[in-house]
Amino acid sequence: MAGNNPTSTEYIQHHLQNMTFGLHPEHGWSLAHSSAEASAMGFWAIHVDTMLWSIGLGVLFLALFRHVAKRVSTGVPTGLQNFVEMMVEFVDGSVRETFHGKSRLVAPLSLTIFCWIFLMNIMDLVPVDFLPMLAQKVGAWFGADPAHVYFKVVPTTDINATLGMSLSVFGLILFYSIRSKGFSGFIAELTLHPFNTPNKLAQILLIPVNLLLELVTLLAKPVSLALRLFGNLYAGELIFILIAMVGLWQLPLHFPWAVFHILIITLQAFIFMMLTIVYLSMATEEQH
Amino acid sequence: MNLNLTLIGQAIAFAVFVWFCMKYVWPPVMQALQERQKKIADGLDAASRATRDLEVAQEKAEETLRESKEQAQQILEQANKRANQIVEEARDNARVEGERIIESARSEIDQEINRAKEELRSQVALLAVAGAERILESSIDESKHRELVDKLAAEL
Repeated sequence: MAGNNPTSTEYIQHHLQNMTFGLHPEHGWSLAHSSAEASAMGFWAIHVDTMLWSIGLGVLFLALFRHVAKRVSTGVPTGLQNFVEMMVEFVDGSVRETFHGKSRLVAPLSLTIFCWIFLMNIMDLVPVDFLPMLAQKVGAWFGADPAHVYFKVVPTTDINATLGMSLSVFGLILFYSIRSKGFSGFIAELTLHPFNTPNKLAQILLIPVNLLLELVTLLAKPVSLALRLFGNLYAGELIFILIAMVGLWQLPLHFPWAVFHILIITLQAFIFMMLTIVYLSMATEEQH
Repeated sequence: MNLNLTLIGQAIAFAVFVWFCMKYVWPPVMQALQERQKKIADGLDAASRATRDLEVAQEKAEETLRESKEQAQQILEQANKRANQIVEEARDNARVEGERIIESARSEIDQEINRAKEELRSQVALLAVAGAERILESSIDESKHRELVDKLAAEL
């Protein structure tokens, strides 16, 4: 529990506030002491906890896989190599099934997405108070007020993390579209569909309508990608926090929700990966 | 719930991770997988080839065995024939030899007989001479003569 017996609202809010470092209009470059201060920092602030955990987990993933990749043998695989090969084959299979273009990027991209998101999601299974309390102790040791030490462990419950990824994927969608269809082809795709007519004048009149529809379709991709992951994990985290507040009853409640959450964790990582592959596949295909 | 610099930080981190994965993780693992696939395919190929070879070898072995058996049979037959032939020849030779021996024995016997006859003839002559001498020396007595002649006859 944070601070001196906070109310439920305070407790939840505390748990949902990132550790924010940024340029405050009054305090200059500093860690935010409250959500109001964090909001006041505007865009030029960074969530230290999100960055820390996501980069740490990403490095963990890559270190693990690189460790295996360096010692990979073509003989009988053992232990960790089995696992890595299983993951690689699983991702490779998914990519092969869905993505028919030729690209050296898509498969490793999908692997990174799946493993990274999975690792970030799985932080959700760490009991909600463990790491924040540890952070508060460390913060107090450095002389900070524990009540104002915010620490959010699950990076995917931060919309910045999911949106950062989905916007990168969006960039790749644009890149692949333009690469495979050319710039004019891409523009044509945006303007000449779904309403198409041989009449030139009518077609010109239809361009704004098409553009509107296609832009919504296009922009919905990264937004839905980011919000789906964020929403699922945020909701899951929130329920964990609520469970954590019911005292002793949390024990029988926490377990089934954690078990159920394992499914969500894996599923969301898989969905993000699959949708990325599907979007990139759509981007490389000639017509839809 | 603020959108802020974290977004860009995350995008950069994501890009770096993907780049690293694409450069240092994916290719070696994929290559190893493909190599193993190839190795297994080669192994299976070799196995099926070996099975085929084995079948051919077995067939060949069976054929050789059959041929050998036939040859052995032939050799056996030939040997039997030859043995019969040899036995037959031996029998013939033996018969001829026997006949020859018998012939020679017979002729020897004949010779012996002739010789004995000759001897007997010469002895008979001698005896006759001796008998005559005695007859001439003594008186003629029928009983005595009979005795003499009997004696003579017994000496023949």
